[in-house]
Amino acid sequence: MDWQSGRKLQQQEQTSLKVGASLRKAFDEMNGAGDGVRAPYTAVSEWLGTQKLDDLKRKLLEAETMFRRTGITFAVYGKEEAAERLIPFDIIPRIIAAAEWRRLTAGIEQRVRALNAFMYDIYHRQEIIKAGKIPEELVISNSAFVPEMMGVEPPLGIYSHIIGIDIVRTSENDFFVLEDNTRTPSGVSYMLENRETMMHMFPDLFARNRVAPVDDYPENLLKTLASVAPRNMDGEPTIALLTPGQYNSAYFEHSFLADQMGVELVEGHDLIVKDGYLQMKTTQGPRRIDVLYRRIDDDFLDPLVFRPDSILGVPGLFDLYRAGRVSIVNAPGGGIADDKAIYSYIPEIIKFYTGRAPILQNVPTYNCRKPDELKYVLDHLPELVVKEVHGSGGYGMLVGPTASKAEIEAFRQKLTSNASNYIAQPTLALSTCPTLVEAGVAPRHLDLRPFVLFGDEVRLSAGGLTRVALQAGSLVVNSSQGGGTKDTWVLQD
Amino acid sequence: MLISIGHVTRYTYALPATSSIYTLRLTPPTFEGQRILSWRVEMPDIQQALRYRDAFGNICHLVSIPRTHSEIAIIARGSVETQDKSGFVRGATEVSPTRVYRRQTDRTAPDESIADLVAGLKSPDRIDKLHELMQVIGERVTYEIGATNAHTSAVEALKDGRGVCQDHAHIFISAARLMGLPARYVSGYFVTGGDTASEAQHAWAETFIDGLGWLGFDPANQLCPTDRYVRLACGLDAASAAPITGNRRGGVDEVLDVFVEVQQQSSAQQQ
Repeated sequence: MDWQSGRKLQQQEQTSLKVGASLRKAFDEMNGAGDGVRAPYTAVSEWLGTQKLDDLKRKLLEAETMFRRTGITFAVYGKEEAAERLIPFDIIPRIIAAAEWRRLTAGIEQRVRALNAFMYDIYHRQEIIKAGKIPEELVISNSAFVPEMMGVEPPLGIYSHIIGIDIVRTSENDFFVLEDNTRTPSGVSYMLENRETMMHMFPDLFARNRVAPVDDYPENLLKTLASVAPRNMDGEPTIALLTPGQYNSAYFEHSFLADQMGVELVEGHDLIVKDGYLQMKTTQGPRRIDVLYRRIDDDFLDPLVFRPDSILGVPGLFDLYRAGRVSIVNAPGGGIADDKAIYSYIPEIIKFYTGRAPILQNVPTYNCRKPDELKYVLDHLPELVVKEVHGSGGYGMLVGPTASKAEIEAFRQKLTSNASNYIAQPTLALSTCPTLVEAGVAPRHLDLRPFVLFGDEVRLSAGGLTRVALQAGSLVVNSSQGGGTKDTWVLQD
Repeated sequence: MLISIGHVTRYTYALPATSSIYTLRLTPPTFEGQRILSWRVEMPDIQQALRYRDAFGNICHLVSIPRTHSEIAIIARGSVETQDKSGFVRGATEVSPTRVYRRQTDRTAPDESIADLVAGLKSPDRIDKLHELMQVIGERVTYEIGATNAHTSAVEALKDGRGVCQDHAHIFISAARLMGLPARYVSGYFVTGGDTASEAQHAWAETFIDGLGWLGFDPANQLCPTDRYVRLACGLDAASAAPITGNRRGGVDEVLDVFVEVQQQSSAQQQ
């Protein structure tokens, strides 16, 4: 079967979808609204046309073998039969034109600066609450607000140095931010591994397309971490990456990034607070750590301040941070900026701190804590996506158009009994991209998570991680829900 | 009033700890109505302690003991001069805007029983209402040591009807926040009477009244704090205002002894 018959398959699947009119009209990254191949895809589309399906499948197996050899796996919670598995990879790249990327870059940078200004304000004078732009209760009573952070002065005033912004596209010109991940976003190792694998397997494609490199990410991460070292310290900062350990779903990424940056990978029991500094136990005696890139959640950071039963963190770490003796990246309490209940205020937040309108749009969001909005949501459940305010990873969400009646009724119960725990959004017709599936090449919905670094400057890697829902018609791209990834290309002018 | 304070905390272990670390909120602040004449905190490695101010304005020390030990004694002592300001706390170093103290915590989270408590208050005046709340809590929860523990919540203590000053303060804070008022937990010392030595580690509540400021309420003693009270630390609840928070590696069968002596000094003793 060749690419031509793959296109037929695409048409069959699209007409057989019965998931609401909006989804049938999904914009395709390669073929637009069905009016011919879009410019950035010219070379890849031509190449795909010459490929035999069996060859493509063989290449896919080859890619998977490479990933297995690297050890890139992902643990899925609640699935014992496959505690560690490969995130499915797709060999057809997702391509972004230079001009599109410039616009996204401007929007992302604006957002990252505004989110950090918001966090600084919330943990200091709270001008945005005083100005009446955000309800006080939404911040003060929010479980993502960390009162212990009040008055902390993080280096350069930055809280979230590493942010993964989830962006979806619905048409040629419409991009929406679904979520800002300001805590400990993961997935960047897939971005790097996907590129390496693609370059290894398809050198010709890279010769025919000017693709912006992404392999500068570890170096940029290192520069960012070094730039937020404690003030008044002498010499080069020592940096370490704190992991919860090998049983964590993202452990591969932790060890991969530590290795790429040439910094120590540590666990809580490797560290101790001594003589007023964070020290790493080594065979040559203790060594001071100045910047800690932590990949454990706030709750587990320091049993003296947060969960007292935590053995993943370091007792005394938070106090050192408060006193400016160590930098924690990302700062504790960053969850207040990516909280789903705060999300609908982000356009207001951007205006408040930058004085400008947001470049990137938010998805219209219903706060179920507001009675009139809850009523609308309950009346329109089959059309909406409902999410838990503090959920992540695609767990505990309802996608109305693809849900069964029973699932919708179950959510109606949840919403009625605990409304403030939920938000709802219209079901967006996420763009699709041709993807290699069992029967051939077919369109699958996708999103994009660019990775932004913010220290002495904003450093944005070209592209990011494209996540693709592998089930026909599915809009849930999360890897924990069976989503896959694609290499993401930003073309250079 | 001139008050002398001695506060000894001793941890002993049947099997030694390999290391331990402590956050101390053991240094009383100076503000209108409270002046520190002398103060010392003694414990191993206190010279290397990290000193800083926390989110609630408390002066803290982080002390780390990175070696094997089977006993640690922490001694705080000094003298403080106090004045009766009718329970008002003014001129204290504040780090957080007062609205932060509207946040309920696990220990103060209200339920219907707290809501009923608030709904039952009859005084029309906002300050009278707080006095009434203080009185009602004293009536509903009788003072009894051992009925509750350090982790007991306001709701649990109210339901049980027995508790200590920590429980009284948590219930007051929970109710005040439910009324929309910022409220906080205060740990400190109390001169129980005369100049005789007494066990007097104490806790009470403060609530912020627009236009007037922070005002203390001690439901356990049915009083707004006077010059017999010494403020040590404050926070959202007992955990964040704890004079000592510790964590250790190793160390089996911990035994904790606390001895507090608070005495009114005569001027002659002072000199």
